[in-house]
Amino acid sequence: MIFLKIFSRSPRTSPACKARKLLNSVVTAETISALYHKESRRVLATLIRLLGDFELAEDALQEAFTCALQQWPVDGLPAQPRAWLVSTGRFKAIDKIRQQRTQRQHQQEWLAEQQNEDEASSDITQDQLWQDDELRLIFTCCHPALSTEAQIALTLREICGLTTEQIAKAFLTSTVTVAQRIVRAKNKIRDAAIPYEIPTPEQLPERLDTVLKVVYLLFNEGYSQSSGEQLLCQELCAQAIRLGFLLLELQPEAETMGLLALLLLQQSRRHARTTAEGELILLPDQDRSLWDNSLIQQGVQLVERSLSGRRIGPYGLQAAIAALHAESRSAAETDWPQIIALYDLLYRFEPSPVVLLNRAVAISMAQGPAVALPLLQALEQSGELAQYHLLDAALADLHLKLGLKQQARLYYQQALSKTTQLAEQRFLQLKIDRLA
Amino acid sequence: MKYLCLVYSDEKLLHSLPESPKDIECFAYAAAVQQSGRMLAAEALQPIDTATTVRVRAGKTLLTDGPFAETKEQLAGFYLVEAKDLNEAIQLAAGIPAARVGSVEVRPVRQLEV
Repeated sequence: MIFLKIFSRSPRTSPACKARKLLNSVVTAETISALYHKESRRVLATLIRLLGDFELAEDALQEAFTCALQQWPVDGLPAQPRAWLVSTGRFKAIDKIRQQRTQRQHQQEWLAEQQNEDEASSDITQDQLWQDDELRLIFTCCHPALSTEAQIALTLREICGLTTEQIAKAFLTSTVTVAQRIVRAKNKIRDAAIPYEIPTPEQLPERLDTVLKVVYLLFNEGYSQSSGEQLLCQELCAQAIRLGFLLLELQPEAETMGLLALLLLQQSRRHARTTAEGELILLPDQDRSLWDNSLIQQGVQLVERSLSGRRIGPYGLQAAIAALHAESRSAAETDWPQIIALYDLLYRFEPSPVVLLNRAVAISMAQGPAVALPLLQALEQSGELAQYHLLDAALADLHLKLGLKQQARLYYQQALSKTTQLAEQRFLQLKIDRLA
Repeated sequence: MKYLCLVYSDEKLLHSLPESPKDIECFAYAAAVQQSGRMLAAEALQPIDTATTVRVRAGKTLLTDGPFAETKEQLAGFYLVEAKDLNEAIQLAAGIPAARVGSVEVRPVRQLEV
């Protein structure tokens, strides 16, 4: 991150400076650093709107904080630091465009427009406009004309402020690949003129789906990576939840509530889902006293709000299923019939074989393995989940419950051959060893 | 911004599927875009059997019978439109009746740097 370099600069040391510094000792580099973490993404979002260019806005953001580091310790904290940063960044960018000899035409036009405007436009401080800028940035980064990989990389970089290195590590890819992905996406935003705007009410449901999917994928990437860097995985989950709250604050749609509820409810189980050694523990075997009650409460409340609206969607339904699990004292005391009914409803929105698989597992819990087995066998015969290890694992579980150890072992071996995740491999190997 | 919307489709299916657009519908859409003031040009093309590919190598003009590449879907027509941004261009492209059976590639026009 470019900004971090700024802090390593030696402070100004003239006596007058020192004296003034004492007077304003509240504003230290640490104060500004904290402000950077809190405000930089919002300032960036507004600068992108004002400047109409990602690169220019990023440079302006860095310049604004450089100025803050020089001026605030001397002059004290401005009344509205965010507005100060935006207008400083904006003026720096205007200077820069003026200085550049080879200017792009649209920037020249923009400059001409700016000169006609009042210096410090009053709208800059309006909260609503600020919030809208964050939404604009989210919808631009998650524009459906960009690939899903690009959407995720841009979101993490521009909205969450992660570095390219962090993104590369989190997605087990190279920094060069991520950097290229981001550059290509920004070029497309500029050259194809992807607008920096909030979708119209007619477009909103479709566009929101793309944003929610990015948030969901972010969380899953963090949640399912049991190998890899724990801290980064937690960071991904935390960022996904933060984005969920941000979206909720900006646009309280039923599916946004549903998704956030789903994330919170999954997150509530994070301490119970692995042993101290990192071995997986499945839901029925988890120590439920380790579940995070405050997250469960927040999640359940959101599910209720989400389902009380007229528009029920797949995230709300999945969250409702997660809420039923979260509120049950044990696997046996879970309201399986209601979970089956929710899966039936979910299947109407998402007619996917994965939903059928989960539904069959719920049926095995409610009505016994013999009832569920033909459902799973039908799924197996359809071949749609031929590469999905969880179907083999579920088939293995059912065979084991029915006392058919030989078949169970074969299915566990098939599942093992289809997963690349180390923790899952160890988990399945253990099952196989026990059946030997 | 100018965008070129390239309409691709399997030529053999373009006019034979139940949802295939009739010429009259295509004409009506083109007229509607024209009315909105965003039309710069639009045409439907003859099938690829009629195509001739031209190359100039070492000053010599070389001709090949057929399209420049054999593909599953062929260029069937185009719209050149004036749109405020990609969203507007996508909206215009989605309205092209042939998008129901084929695909429309939306490409921003590059200004030559002269």
